Amino acid sequence: MIEIQDIYKTFGDNEVLKGITATFEAGKNNLIIGGSGSGKTTLLKCIVGLHEPTKGKVIFNGEDFTTMSFEERVPIRKQIGMLFQNSALFDSMTVEENIIFPLNLFTDMSKSEKLDRANFCLERVNLKDKNKLYPSELSGGMKKRVGIARAIAMEPKYLFVDEPNSGLDPKTSIVIDELINELTQEYKITTVIVTHDMNSVMGIGDHIIFLHQGKKAWEGTNKDIAHTDNQELNDFVFASKFTQAAKEKL
Amino acid sequence: MFTTLGKYILLIRLSFKKPEKFSVYWGEIMREMVSIGIGSMGIISIISVFIGAVATIQVAFQLASPLVPRSIAGSISRDSTILEFSPTISALVLAGRVGSSIASQIGTMRVTEQIDALEIMGVNAPGYLIAPKIFAGIIMVPMLVIYSMVLGILGGYLACAITGDIATTDYVMGLRDGFQPIIIQVALVKAFFYGFIITSICAYQGFYTSGGALEVGQSATTGVVYSCIFILFADLIITSAML
Repeated sequence: MIEIQDIYKTFGDNEVLKGITATFEAGKNNLIIGGSGSGKTTLLKCIVGLHEPTKGKVIFNGEDFTTMSFEERVPIRKQIGMLFQNSALFDSMTVEENIIFPLNLFTDMSKSEKLDRANFCLERVNLKDKNKLYPSELSGGMKKRVGIARAIAMEPKYLFVDEPNSGLDPKTSIVIDELINELTQEYKITTVIVTHDMNSVMGIGDHIIFLHQGKKAWEGTNKDIAHTDNQELNDFVFASKFTQAAKEKL
Repeated sequence: MFTTLGKYILLIRLSFKKPEKFSVYWGEIMREMVSIGIGSMGIISIISVFIGAVATIQVAFQLASPLVPRSIAGSISRDSTILEFSPTISALVLAGRVGSSIASQIGTMRVTEQIDALEIMGVNAPGYLIAPKIFAGIIMVPMLVIYSMVLGILGGYLACAITGDIATTDYVMGLRDGFQPIIIQVALVKAFFYGFIITSICAYQGFYTSGGALEVGQSATTGVVYSCIFILFADLIITSAML
């Protein structure tokens, strides 16, 4: 479980996050949604420690992450997997080397054990026999899947996903969403997903927080979203005629 | 300026923190040594032979007097090649070849979130990305400079043999006449610092890149320009301190 308490983040004079509090439970897909510039990615980066919050706390299973030094954070970081918007695979390494990389640094596994683990992770994301390819030889969807395989290599307790469907076609987006959902349920991972893809929201949004202008404007599930009175959320979710028509059918 | 200097010192300090696993870092050092050392041998060979040859021809032209022994061209050519041309010209060329590669490689990793991915994993990103490059630089640049000295002197010999301005026996006699071993020490001290300057400054520029492809190019350019300036600055300090 991850708790964030009263998170503020300021860049110069620009206050991006304004006192966000939320709890993300294990085994659930926790979605952070909002329009462009609402502070979603900044919040995610504050939670994982890529940005330091100006004020507030991030607590991983009772441990205050924000007050820890780099060294103190390492044991928690080993339990974190992250899928980046552009996958962030290491260009100079093959698919297999990308997955084995954290195992090389943080485990005492033998070479064959590491290879087995890499093969298992690749099979889990339906990318068998792609071990020796380089990231430049993969499609966008395949890169995302390799990113997921690398993220789960260390058997993480926490999975963070930044815009998993950006640049993907609708069919591949669903495949990625289902994969994240399966892994979350299977391994009881605390998954936090930043997205503005409404298919993801409606498909796998067990717990959703909606950010508007740096504040938490709404919190609920994908079942609640269609019946909300929140004007900002309605404007965001039902922005297109297609979604408005879908809402009327609901 | 002081902010930049402070950030640079902090980054270099972070780079030399205890590695997570020495074997992984050792592999990186070896890879960087091959990239910096073996990868630069071609360009260093070409410039060294030509500079050695040109230096010898010019010295022969300037000292064309019956009062000056012809062998002096060999001595002057040797000293200028070992003391200045091989270390400094090689370093300026390496700043272009190796420095721009380091800055753009690390800069690209920054803008494509690969450095963020390392940090999320709990890896000390400066240590993993920068320290192996610095170690490789301070080991391989002196080796390249030794290689350049040999080829520079060989270039001078070839110039004598081809143009006939100076007899090769005079050139060889000049090379052996009045040799002071300290010039090798000065050249290697220079090369050591040049290796550090090129790798650390360009890595710094790459590490703090923000934006996109345009900024990666700018980081590479800035890294090379600063490296060249600090190479010349270090050249002056070391020369005045040691000679």
